Amino acid sequence: MSLKIHQDHSRFKAIVRGKIKANLRKYVQKGEMLGKKGKDAISIPIPFIDIPRFKYGHKEQGGVGQGDGEVGQSLGPGQQQPGDGHQAGQGEGEHALEVDVTLDELAQILGEELQLPHIERRHNEKIVTQRIRYTGINTTGPESLRHFKRTFKQALKRQIATGTYDARNPVIIPTREDRRYRSYKLQDLPETNAVIIYMMDVSGSMGDEQKEIVRIESFWLDTWLRHQYKGLEARYIIHDAVAREVDRETFFHTRESGGTMISSAYKLCRDIIQADYPKSAWNIYPFHFSDGDNWSADDTRQCIEMLRNDILPSVNQFAYGQVESPYGSGQFIKDLREAVGAQQNVALSEIADKDAIYNSIKDFLGKGR
Amino acid sequence: MPKSLTPRLAALNEEILGHAREFGLDFFETIFEVVTYDEMNMVASYGGFPNRYPHWRWGMEYEQLSKGYEYGLSKLYELVINNDPCYAYLLESNADVDQKLVMAHVYGHCDFFKNNFSFRHTNRRMIDEMANHATRVRRWIDKIGVEKVEDFIDKALSLENLIDQHAPHIRRNPDPKRAEDEAKSNERVEGFKVNREYMRGFINPSEFLDSQRKKVEEEKQKAKKFPERPQRDVLFFLLEHAPLEQWEADILGILRDEAYYFAPQGQTKIMNEGWASYWHSTIMTRRALKDDEIIDYADRHSGTMSTRPGSLNPYKLGIELWRDIEDRWNKGRFGKEWDECDDLRARSTWDKKLGAGREKIFEVRKHYNDITFIDTFLTAEFAIEQKLFVYGFNDKRNSWEILDREFRKVKAKLLQGLTNFGQPIIEVVDGNFENRSELLLAHKHDGQDLKGDYARETLRCLQALWRRPVNIVTRYDGKGVMLRYDGQNHSEKKVDL
Repeated sequence: MSLKIHQDHSRFKAIVRGKIKANLRKYVQKGEMLGKKGKDAISIPIPFIDIPRFKYGHKEQGGVGQGDGEVGQSLGPGQQQPGDGHQAGQGEGEHALEVDVTLDELAQILGEELQLPHIERRHNEKIVTQRIRYTGINTTGPESLRHFKRTFKQALKRQIATGTYDARNPVIIPTREDRRYRSYKLQDLPETNAVIIYMMDVSGSMGDEQKEIVRIESFWLDTWLRHQYKGLEARYIIHDAVAREVDRETFFHTRESGGTMISSAYKLCRDIIQADYPKSAWNIYPFHFSDGDNWSADDTRQCIEMLRNDILPSVNQFAYGQVESPYGSGQFIKDLREAVGAQQNVALSEIADKDAIYNSIKDFLGKGR
Repeated sequence: MPKSLTPRLAALNEEILGHAREFGLDFFETIFEVVTYDEMNMVASYGGFPNRYPHWRWGMEYEQLSKGYEYGLSKLYELVINNDPCYAYLLESNADVDQKLVMAHVYGHCDFFKNNFSFRHTNRRMIDEMANHATRVRRWIDKIGVEKVEDFIDKALSLENLIDQHAPHIRRNPDPKRAEDEAKSNERVEGFKVNREYMRGFINPSEFLDSQRKKVEEEKQKAKKFPERPQRDVLFFLLEHAPLEQWEADILGILRDEAYYFAPQGQTKIMNEGWASYWHSTIMTRRALKDDEIIDYADRHSGTMSTRPGSLNPYKLGIELWRDIEDRWNKGRFGKEWDECDDLRARSTWDKKLGAGREKIFEVRKHYNDITFIDTFLTAEFAIEQKLFVYGFNDKRNSWEILDREFRKVKAKLLQGLTNFGQPIIEVVDGNFENRSELLLAHKHDGQDLKGDYARETLRCLQALWRRPVNIVTRYDGKGVMLRYDGQNHSEKKVDL
């Protein structure tokens, strides 16, 4: 019995995986999915994985209920249908099935579907983190960690040793001294660390749609890199004519109106790297998004200089995504292409619209650096 | 793996069994097995039959049940299978009082399975039958390949509810006469056997052959106007007329058998759950409860009976109706005299001390299903006492709300929800639609629209079996619509109804 259900269960999970894979392009473009992200997993609605039937629309149906209340009183949204009893074999899901997929699994699917190469780490197992493991046994500890089996074993031992154990009336009463508790040990874990430094142009020409694209794309970049590295950090820089570091929330919801000086962001990025992320211990990934309009050719020159001298030598990969906007001239990517495009650890991508996110992810992650 | 009863549980079972018999319950031998929670979820995922054919849907069911348990949303207490002997499962981790409650509840179900008329035609050897089905499906998988078989099952399951819920018998095999007729008519067209070639023109004149051919063709056309009357059992129609391969027909037949086996449980849910609850409550409170178990019992029982504003609990509605019937027949609150009495005081004290309640409910459990049960015994007084109401969706406020507490409307809505087991009624109208071998179905619209995306996806499955374009006539927002799927595209056009 057990074996059989596990076969059917893993077949179900394989189907879910296949459906996600087949619809990945659609999911990639969808921002709403991001709202359903938990800590380690994401709920993905999968239509028609339950069996389609001729049936009534839920809203049309209504029904008979039981309880107090005036006519016209609301019962709240999303109440269950009558007849949704728990008898086996008859329950029917009404909506598209929501399936929990771990972010790790999602990253794997992304990798398979986009044929992403695994990242070659520059630094292996240098950073050590510590993790708590409950492996030990102690004579003291909080009651919530009491180890019942060991406690009773200890009491049994004592009773046998002192001759108070009676096999015909096997009552075992632990005393204070018999109690045993689980205790933890700190384990050292080797870990490779990585940091993503997101930069975004928030000047007037970057509209909501452009930012939405950046938000969606950054979700997938996060997911993939987190799959490759344990302990991923993320930093956020926004800039118009000046740059500042912000938290994630602010990063995606700020809109300024000033001009654009990309060099300000690169400068800040360089400073952050120098201050917090020594090249010897960190895998570093700056991602910069803008609509390609820069203040002046002179500023662009400064950017390129900084890239060549400071940033590119210390990072795994520098990525620039140019999001099309009605206002931008789109010049910046051309300048970058000319100046540093040939370098191995530079990824450049033009993102025309949400449809293009899918391929852009491949541009960014396809080099495996 | 399930275990048989421990000595302790066996003793409890002896006791409950005795009480159940003493109260007059009449059931098949009932075999209890003890399972862990995970095993309970597994068996439940298979609809109660551990030996079921392999399909991912059971895995999905299992995922949902386990998740519901992990999140503390639901817990399965009992599971019982209509079979002779009946099989029922007990949770290993339950306290004695729970086990007794479940046993008493199970005997209620088993009595119902054995005696209610709806189950008369169900296969009482379904455990074996299900295992046979599984073997057959596995054999096809070995022969045809798992992908193809699974894909076909997916599509066929989509049509699983298109059976005639009230068909008293299951017709199992397609009509063998059809094949015979076809063979005969071919003979006629080829004419008599000719030994010498030069005689052919004399023995089988070509005009004669032509006219015969024409006649056969006409007959075929006539025969193709099928079905003669709209047919509710769409699955049977497909078995008879769709161009299915042998393995496909076999599997479709299996699914149809299983659908018919489960249909009566859908038609008697309120009665059956109510009956089982009535008996667990009666046996426990009158006989089996020990003093120190009362609180736990009350907690469990009220958990089963709880109602929430937006839903109807079949256990609760059922048990209350059974009690109401018993009470009315005990006191003689029925018949002409009672109906015509409008003196409120007389009504409230009415008690003819007939004591016929117990006898009455045993009779009712034999001859009714949910629809006739509600139709006959749900009274205005009962609806008020039980605070029943009609609810519906208010689009403007985007929420469910109470629409009405009027008895007639409550009853009408309740009956509508039970008609055809709450499923839309769909019939085959024409198997040779527009004379192009297309399939035409009709939805008998009763005020509720079909769920559109599901309907289109179901048409897709239907087309895969019929292999020619398929159509269904229904209504949306009061207007006649014909949905069509031709194998590549969905389309929709207005029709006058």
